[in-house]
Amino acid sequence: MQFVQLVISGIAQGCIYGLIALGFVLIYKATETVSFAQGELMMLGAFCGLACMTFLGFPFWLSVLSSIAAMAAFGVFLERLVIRPILGQPAFSVVMLTIGIGYVARGLITMIPGIGTDTHTLPVPYKDQVWKLGELVLNVEQMVVIASTAVLSGILYLVFSRSKVGLAMQASSQNQLAAYYMGIPVKRLNGLVWGLASAVAAIAGLLLAPITFVHANMGFIGLKAFPAAVVGGFGSLPGAIVGGLVIGIVESLSGFYLPDGIKDVAAYVVVLIMLMVKPNGLFGDKLRKKV
Amino acid sequence: MSTSTSKPAGEVLLTASQLSMRFGGVLAVNGVSFDVKRGEVFTLIGPNGAGKTTVFNLISRLYTPSTGDISFEGRKLSELAPHEVAGLGIARTFQNIELFEHASVLQNLLIGRHTHRQSNVLSDIFFTGRVRRAELEAREKVEQVIELLDLQHHRDSMVAGLPYGVRKVVELARALSTEPKLLLLDEPSSGLNVEETDDMAFWIRDIQQELGVTVLMVEHDMSLVSKVSDRVLAMNQGEMLALGTPREVQTHPGVIEAYLGSIDDVSSLRRKTA
Amino acid sequence: MRFIFKTDYAQDLRLAKHGGHVFWYSLLLVALLAAPFIVSEYWLAQVTFILIYSIVGLGLMLLAGFTGLFSLGHAAFLGVGAYTQAVLTNMGVPFPIALVCAGGLSAAVGIVVGLPALRVKGIYLGMATLSFGFIVEEIFARWEKVTGGNAGIHIKAPDLFGFKADTGNSFYWLCLVITVASTFVIMNLLRSPTGRAFVAIRDSEVSAQSMGINLARYKSMSFAISAGLAGIGGALYAHKLQFISPDQFSILQSIDLLLMVVVGGVGSIHGAFFGAIFLITMPQLIAGVKDYLPAIIGQAPGLQGFVYGAVLIAFVLFEPLGLYGRWLKVRTYLQLFPFYRAGMFKRQKSFQKSDRLK
Repeated sequence: MQFVQLVISGIAQGCIYGLIALGFVLIYKATETVSFAQGELMMLGAFCGLACMTFLGFPFWLSVLSSIAAMAAFGVFLERLVIRPILGQPAFSVVMLTIGIGYVARGLITMIPGIGTDTHTLPVPYKDQVWKLGELVLNVEQMVVIASTAVLSGILYLVFSRSKVGLAMQASSQNQLAAYYMGIPVKRLNGLVWGLASAVAAIAGLLLAPITFVHANMGFIGLKAFPAAVVGGFGSLPGAIVGGLVIGIVESLSGFYLPDGIKDVAAYVVVLIMLMVKPNGLFGDKLRKKV
Repeated sequence: MSTSTSKPAGEVLLTASQLSMRFGGVLAVNGVSFDVKRGEVFTLIGPNGAGKTTVFNLISRLYTPSTGDISFEGRKLSELAPHEVAGLGIARTFQNIELFEHASVLQNLLIGRHTHRQSNVLSDIFFTGRVRRAELEAREKVEQVIELLDLQHHRDSMVAGLPYGVRKVVELARALSTEPKLLLLDEPSSGLNVEETDDMAFWIRDIQQELGVTVLMVEHDMSLVSKVSDRVLAMNQGEMLALGTPREVQTHPGVIEAYLGSIDDVSSLRRKTA
Repeated sequence: MRFIFKTDYAQDLRLAKHGGHVFWYSLLLVALLAAPFIVSEYWLAQVTFILIYSIVGLGLMLLAGFTGLFSLGHAAFLGVGAYTQAVLTNMGVPFPIALVCAGGLSAAVGIVVGLPALRVKGIYLGMATLSFGFIVEEIFARWEKVTGGNAGIHIKAPDLFGFKADTGNSFYWLCLVITVASTFVIMNLLRSPTGRAFVAIRDSEVSAQSMGINLARYKSMSFAISAGLAGIGGALYAHKLQFISPDQFSILQSIDLLLMVVVGGVGSIHGAFFGAIFLITMPQLIAGVKDYLPAIIGQAPGLQGFVYGAVLIAFVLFEPLGLYGRWLKVRTYLQLFPFYRAGMFKRQKSFQKSDRLK
């Protein structure tokens, strides 16, 4: 029973990792840039939700939708302002830029008087509720996370497999110049992708907030999302979720069954094992340059 | 700078036997066998997708053949790692130019001297007298190549900013800097205009005659092929079609059908090579 | 304007390209030697830190800037060097031997961390190094018997076979010597076949191989040298701070090191120094300015992070060549005045090509 409990909680945590990973796998698939800012975008999403729910007094669903919309808009804005000018620069520079964005976001939040430096609770309607299923005690917050992730994944899957957008994204990421020639509106597409990734990050933030509270350093969880993407394969959307679940479950179990401290690094050990055994991840493709 | 002229011309330098290469469902090369004699210019021709560059990549050990093998001076290449091929005396150029973009032309050519290095990392760190002498020697050798290919005024330019024609020449120069016995040229004239292609023909001649280097070449420009080649192998869809002198291959009916097009094209070609 | 008239191949090998170089760098060296007599003790300590970070920066520059290998967990090597030095010095081992061991052990760890580099590239390598960084940090925290765990350990002053470098001045000169030596090591590497092999690997692995460069060997070598220098820097860092703990070698430190490289100017030796100067002086600047700012901004805990992030973004967007690049532009402007053209340092516009197919 303890085992099942641990697995469920691992799945819930894994969903969060998966959602964050989903965000930057989206960005990677479209533009081949790795964004280290997803964690901070998630944090901003959570603060947005907080602002809507407590200061603006919106009802729950309105808060959720406005936060997502606001973050999506912010993502598009961010792409336009900061990311677009540097396309074509080596990957290393772009990564550093996104790290910079993360730092700026964190710093700015702490400057908001009163709010930024404290920890807050997000007043969601299902807060602290539990369901009892026989002997299992299920945290409703965790259930909401799992359910939302499943729904979101389903929606995204449909969008990408059935639409021209998905194909256009892949084309643009493999050869931007050729994509331009084919009439793909690359710039608009990139903006769309960042908006989408930010929206997903916002959702992750709103889902995580009831569990870990809203504070400026929430975004550090985002670092765990990278192992999720490595496990799943950097170019694969379902891989991101699956990878997240793997990492979440591994962490949860190792926290209980293995010595102290292993839990914190379990994710990274999994990364190393993955890179040795299947470097391209569970769902990634092995691509090779043709000379 | 010259390579071994003591070995007799005409002996076999490279042998490919029953080579095939499969990429998943695609059979890129199927049962290809040929040999290249020392001192000759041997050309592979064929339509796009015929498997010519794949053969090159098999020789460079970037791929491992699915069946068959290649030997160079009697040594089986399958025993070697990709970076050991250059040490045997095989150098190559790439179809899409694989230069070191953020280095100067001179540095690109000096990297070509890598197989001739006499120092190790420890002596490099201290930049001993031996390293200094080796550097000057390498510079002398590289300057000879620069002079042969007229690259003097591009010597210190960063490769990234150079025009396409110059970059192709730098590719060639870098391969020559390795002092190869066998030079693999992948489409040397692609992207070059008529004058540049003429220069290329002269250079290939010089490389063969003055430097004594054996040349194995992939090429589409038939006039260049007829001008410099001693023997030609025509491929199509991974298989061998015809092997012989340029004229023999160009008049081979199978080759004409697969590659050269209508009868009128062939007649005009006949007039030129007559 | 200066024209360098070349008459000899040996000229291209020289480290100082012309008389002006020799003059200015000698002046710099003299100034650095005399620093303890010129600046206050506090600023001397800052300069010492700049030297220490420069050593680490040189190593990281070699790895990331010249060999093109992503290292997101570089603080781990700093930590290995620092802890090795601490443990050995506290056991009574003389400074030079401890230093060699610190550098050597870091280099060995570097080779291990570099093993993934032989199989994977780009972001995957970044992830591998990131993972190693976290794991090593955790080992520092858990291996309490040796490292003292989260409580940290104190370190005695360097003992060079009897001569104790325990004053600010003597330690500063010690660091200066080691920094100069490290700089020469890197400069020599770069003008020799090994350095060229590194650059070749960065620009095109496929053709590097076809030129006979053994990728595995050189990548490992790059990691080893880079980690070794970081280890040496770490050892000096430990002595300077006289106390180390695992949280000093976290991902934040790794990002600081990368920041140093990017802001300094990727792919140049000067960049390591400019970056180190930036890294050490920026907090001072912020501390000095923050009292003049409105309280909301000035007293925010995230102010330093904000400034670092903003500077990073600014440099990547507007000055990809870093501080050294800006310095070059300014110097060229002054040298060529009034013939400087705005487009002189313009980079080729490149469209993004898939890195996965490299």
